[in-house]
Amino acid sequence: MKAFGVLLRRELALAWGRGGGPLLALTFYACVVVLLPMASGRAPERLAAIAPGIAWLALALAALLSLERLFERDYEDGTLDLLALGPAPLEAVAVAKCLAQWLASGAPLALAAPVAALMLGAEPKVMPLLVLCALAGGLAFAFLGGLGAALALGSKRGGLLVAVIVLPLFAPPVIFGAGALDGYGAGLPWTGGLLLLLAYCVGAVALSPLAMAAACRNALD
Amino acid sequence: MLRAVLIQELAISRGERRLFSGLNLTLRAGEAAVLVGRNGAGKTSLLRAVAGLLRPAEGSIAFETAEGPIEADTARAEQLHMLGHQDGLKSSRTAWEELRFQTLWTGGTEESARAAAQRFDLPRLLDLEVRRLSAGQRRRLALARLAASPRSLWLLDEPMAPLDAAQREAFGAVMAEHLAAGGMILASVHDPLPIPARSVEIGQ
Repeated sequence: MKAFGVLLRRELALAWGRGGGPLLALTFYACVVVLLPMASGRAPERLAAIAPGIAWLALALAALLSLERLFERDYEDGTLDLLALGPAPLEAVAVAKCLAQWLASGAPLALAAPVAALMLGAEPKVMPLLVLCALAGGLAFAFLGGLGAALALGSKRGGLLVAVIVLPLFAPPVIFGAGALDGYGAGLPWTGGLLLLLAYCVGAVALSPLAMAAACRNALD
Repeated sequence: MLRAVLIQELAISRGERRLFSGLNLTLRAGEAAVLVGRNGAGKTSLLRAVAGLLRPAEGSIAFETAEGPIEADTARAEQLHMLGHQDGLKSSRTAWEELRFQTLWTGGTEESARAAAQRFDLPRLLDLEVRRLSAGQRRRLALARLAASPRSLWLLDEPMAPLDAAQREAFGAVMAEHLAAGGMILASVHDPLPIPARSVEIGQ
């Protein structure tokens, strides 16, 4: 447990520094949120209708941004060997990495999501739900993204491969979250979508570390 | 504390190619063994197999403590330390951050990390980012993590290549101390180690 804390702190420091850390992810997020209305037309009533959805989808894209190098750098410089010989199993190492990724970039993005949605003219009453969805969804994105990053270990053009592996896995949480947000905004039943999102998040957190560890072992072999 | 490593009838393949087979090697507390062989003979693969990073095609690798045999996974998680081709250091972090993390991760303490830094003449460099260190300095930093942690089996892959003569001598003293305390060393080298060690031929 002590070793896990030591590792988590290191991963946080690395995630904070990796490619500009949360600042870069936030900037990317802001860019996507500004670009989408330019493409879809800027009539306020139309924007307001899709605002929570845009804020939510852009989150998934921003989450992808810094994931590519999650395992790759440790693999390239030999640190992954050392992590594999530590007191905690590789599954725990994967959890620490994804958790740090979420804390350093997913959580700041979740706090930025309501700002973006308000900017686009969404109704203020959906904000608490949007933050909740963004926090839970961000956790799922971090773990699924870590899975993609681990599977792409050692391949050239890993970044693109990560996106191709991960984006289909992002589809369910995006659908569930958008369903909950839409329903809530329109006064329709919305708890089902939220519960499905939370369930998906729990499943991703519980299962993907097993796959990440297996993928790392495979890459080291 | 490990008392012995027993390698029996080990065979390692990479892809379709058999690197070597029928390797037997027993390493006991206080002993060092040096793997010699041409490039590509499988020295690095053998070290990685002992570390559990690579699955051998045949044979077994077992670990024993004074109380008897122990699970290979436990031995690897608690008693085994490895220095591969790469130093395993992040260029954007300071030398102290890296040494401290690696020491704590493998069961050492901050005090042991500082003492090891002293042994390898590193204290002046600890505040620098790793990217500012020379190859020899980075290697010393990587070696310091071995000395800083309480693990008894060291797997070394060409540990001395970037070191100058004085540093090789200093590392020799650290290795001799490790052996005297009941440690074990399994190393792949081209130049002879500055300590008494058995030679093990790998490949034909």
